[in-house]
Amino acid sequence: MTERETPMKILISLKRVVDYNVKVRVKPDQSGVDLANVKMSMNPFCEIAVEEAVRLKERGIASEIVAVSVGPAAAQEQLRTALALGADRAILVETDEELGSLAVAKLLKAVVDKEQPQLVITGKQAIDSDNNQTGQMLAALTGYAQGTFASKVEQAGDKLKVTREIDGGLQTLELSLPAIVTTDLRLNEPRYASLPNIMKAKKKPLETVKPADLGVSVASTLKVLKVEAPAERQAGIKVGSVAELVEKLKSEAKVI
Amino acid sequence: MWHYQAPLRDMRFVIEEWLAAPADWQGMPAFESLDGELAAQVIEEAARFASGVLAPLNAPGDRQGCRFENGRVTTPDGFPAAYRAFVEGGWAALACAPEDGGQGLPQLLNAALLEMIYSTNHAWAMYPGIAHGAYECLRAHGTPELRERYLADIVSGEILPTMCLTEPQAGSDVGLLRSRAEPAADGGYRLSGSKLFASGGEHDLTGNILHLVLARLPDAPPGSRGISLFLVPKLLPDGRRNAVRCDGIEHKLGIRGSATCTLSFEHAEGWLLGEPHKGLAAMFVMMNSARLHVGLQGLGHAEAAWQNAAQYAAERRQMRAVRRPPGRAEAPADPIHYHPAMRRVLLELRTLTEGMRALGYWTAHLLDEAEQGADPARRARAQGRAMLLTPLVKAFFTEQGFRLASAALQVFGGYGYVQEYAIEQTLRDSRIAMIYEGSNEIQANDLLLRKVLGDGGAVLRDLLEEFRAEAEVAAICPDCAAFAATLAHYCDCLTTAAEGLAAATTQDPERPYRAAGDFLRLLGLVALAFAWLRSARLAAGRGGDPFYAGKLESAAFFFAYLLPEADHRLALIEASRQPLPFLPE
Repeated sequence: MTERETPMKILISLKRVVDYNVKVRVKPDQSGVDLANVKMSMNPFCEIAVEEAVRLKERGIASEIVAVSVGPAAAQEQLRTALALGADRAILVETDEELGSLAVAKLLKAVVDKEQPQLVITGKQAIDSDNNQTGQMLAALTGYAQGTFASKVEQAGDKLKVTREIDGGLQTLELSLPAIVTTDLRLNEPRYASLPNIMKAKKKPLETVKPADLGVSVASTLKVLKVEAPAERQAGIKVGSVAELVEKLKSEAKVI
Repeated sequence: MWHYQAPLRDMRFVIEEWLAAPADWQGMPAFESLDGELAAQVIEEAARFASGVLAPLNAPGDRQGCRFENGRVTTPDGFPAAYRAFVEGGWAALACAPEDGGQGLPQLLNAALLEMIYSTNHAWAMYPGIAHGAYECLRAHGTPELRERYLADIVSGEILPTMCLTEPQAGSDVGLLRSRAEPAADGGYRLSGSKLFASGGEHDLTGNILHLVLARLPDAPPGSRGISLFLVPKLLPDGRRNAVRCDGIEHKLGIRGSATCTLSFEHAEGWLLGEPHKGLAAMFVMMNSARLHVGLQGLGHAEAAWQNAAQYAAERRQMRAVRRPPGRAEAPADPIHYHPAMRRVLLELRTLTEGMRALGYWTAHLLDEAEQGADPARRARAQGRAMLLTPLVKAFFTEQGFRLASAALQVFGGYGYVQEYAIEQTLRDSRIAMIYEGSNEIQANDLLLRKVLGDGGAVLRDLLEEFRAEAEVAAICPDCAAFAATLAHYCDCLTTAAEGLAAATTQDPERPYRAAGDFLRLLGLVALAFAWLRSARLAAGRGGDPFYAGKLESAAFFFAYLLPEADHRLALIEASRQPLPFLPE
C-alpha cells in the first residue's frame, strides 16, 4: 500500500433516527411512527461511517472530515457527536420535512459539489426507513464510483480498495477517486467519544443551510399511504418427532 | 432480562427545568461556557459508556468476584479494561479543575454520571469511587511537593486512591483507632497498623495505589482529636514497593466485584496531609462529596429496580385484571401491570426514584453554587443547605434504594429470587450503601443533632423557606394548589417537631437520639413533597405530552399514597417521649 501524495478530504453523511433500543409504535392514524418523547440517536451505520473516516484521518490518509446531515434543527446533536468523535466541521441541511432518499441524495449532491471531497462515506441504510438507496443515488447523481456494503476499506495508491459483503462471499473492488463508500456492520467498531473531545467539539464550526440555499427542490414524487405494525407472531407448536414435522410441513404449512 | 437505559429525558428535565441549572451556570465564572446542550451531550455520552461498557460486566463480575492470591488481587474479567476505557474517555477528570488537568464541569453533571455508573455496575464503581474526594483532599491539604507528585495522576486516573479508616476495634468510632505514625529522619513518617474494609486497597486496575490513612502521631492526644491523615503510596517515588501488604479480601453479600481489603502497614513510608492531629477535619473535605455519592448509589439502584420491574410487569401475564386500560381487549391472562397491587408498587418505584433524582441533583448543584457562585451570600446559603441535605441524601436514598430493590424483586415473583433475572443482585448490591460512609443511624444523628439542633434550626428554617416559597408560587396553579397547601402544612409540622425536640433536649438529652431516624425520614418525605410540587408546577398545562402527563400522575400519587407516611413519622417522633428500656447485659 502506498500513501497518497496529498491526504484527501472526506465527507460523511449521517442521519438522526430513532434509537435502536427503542421499541417503536405506529401512530394511531397510521401516518408514521410515533416519535414523541422517543430517544433519537445517530443511525448506527452512520456511526460506522464516522469511525471509518476518523481512522483514515488517524492513518494520515485523510486531511479533513466534513460531517453532513439532512434533517431538523435537532440533528445538530448528532452532528456534535460526529464532531466529538473526530470530524472537523459540520453542515446541517435543515428541513422539518420528512424527505425521501432521492431528495436527500440531491441535497447531498449539492453539498458534494460545493465541498469537492475525494471520498464520501455514508451508512448503507438508515434503521428507520431501511431503504438502502441514498448512497447509490448520490453516486449516480455525482458520477462518483461506488463501493456499497463495505466491510474493509484500504488505500491503494490513488485508488481505493473496498471489500464488499455480498451474497455468498466477499467481493473486492478497486475504485477510482472520487468515490462513495457505504458502510456495512463489520467495517469497524465505533469508538466512544471522550469527554475532552466532547468539550472541544463545542468549538468546532457547525454551519446550517436550507435546501433552498442549495437550489434543490425537495418536492417528493412519493406519498406514504399508511404505516402498519407487523402482524403479531402466532404461538408455535412443538412437534413430537421428525416424521410429524415433515407431515405438518407437507399438509399444514404446504411448503414441501 | 436485566437491562438498563439511562433516564436521559428525566435527567434533562431535572437539570434544565427543575433546577434551571444552565441559567445558574451563566452566573458562575467557572461554568460560563457550559450550556444545556453541551451538558446533555456529556450525559448522553456518559450513558453510552455506562450501558455499553459497564452494564455487560455487572452480572459476570458478581458471579466471578475478586480473587486473592499471595497478596495480589485479581478483579473480575473486563474490570481493568473498562477502567482504562473510563480513563481514556476522560470521565475520571470530569469535575476536576482545568488547572489540574480536569474538565472543570459541575458536580451536577458528575452526579448524573455517577448515578448511571451506580445503576450499571456498583462493584466496578467502587474502584474510582473516592478518587474525586481524594483529589479535593489533596488539593486542599497537600504540600506543594505532594500535589506536584500526585495530583495530576489522580485527576487523570493513572493512580487510584483508597481511604483507610476502619480498624477491627474502630468502626463508626474512628477515635478508637490505633495505627501509629513515627516521624522519620527524611521528614516523612513510618506507618504501622492494620486496616479493615479498605475498598480497592489492592487491585489490578492501576499500577500504583495511593492510600489515605488515618493514624496517630506519638504525641497524639487520645480520641478523635489525636488523629492525623497520611498519604501512603503502594509504590514509592523511586519505584520500590512500600511496606503495605494486602492480607486478604472479604467475601460479601453484594458488590462482589469490589475488592474489600485488609491492609497491613509495617513501617510503611508516608507523608503527613494537613496539620498534625487534624486528620479528621482534613478527611471531612472528602466526606461530604463521598456521602452525596453514596446517596446516589441508592438512586442508581432505585432506577435500575424501577426499569426492570416495569419491563417485567408489562410482559408477564398472570390472572385477569379487575380493570384494563381503555381499549385493551380481554385476554386469558393480563399483563401484571394492570393489577392494582402491581400498579401501586410500580408507581412507588417511579415516583420515589424521580423525586430522589431531583433532590440528589439539587444537592450537587448546591455544592457547585457554594464553590463557584459569584455572590458570597448565596454561596454561604448554598453551602448550609448542602450540608443539611447531605446526610439526608445519604441515608434516605440508600434506604429507599434497598427497599425499592426489594419491592422490584417482589414484582418478579419467584423469578426475582433466582439469579437469572439479576434483580436479586440489585438487592444485594444496594444493601451496603446503608452501612458504609457513616451508617444511616450516624447520618440521622448528624442531621438532627448537629445540622438541625446544632445551629438552633437556622439552616432548616432556610430550607423550609425555599419549600414554602415553592408552595406560594404553586398555589396559584389550579393543578397544584391542593399539593401546595399540603406541603405548607407539613412544613409547619416539621417546624413544630424540630422545636419540640429542641425544647425536650435539656430535660431528656437522649430524646433526639431516639427520634433521629424518624426525623430524617420525615424530612425526606417533606423534601420529596417539595420536589413533586415543583415538578407538578412545571408539568401543569402540558398534559398533552406523555412525559409531563406522567409527572402530574406521579405527583398526585405521591401526595395521595406516599406522603401520608409523614403522619406516621410525626407520631413516632411524638412517641419518642417514652424512654427505651436497656436490654439485658
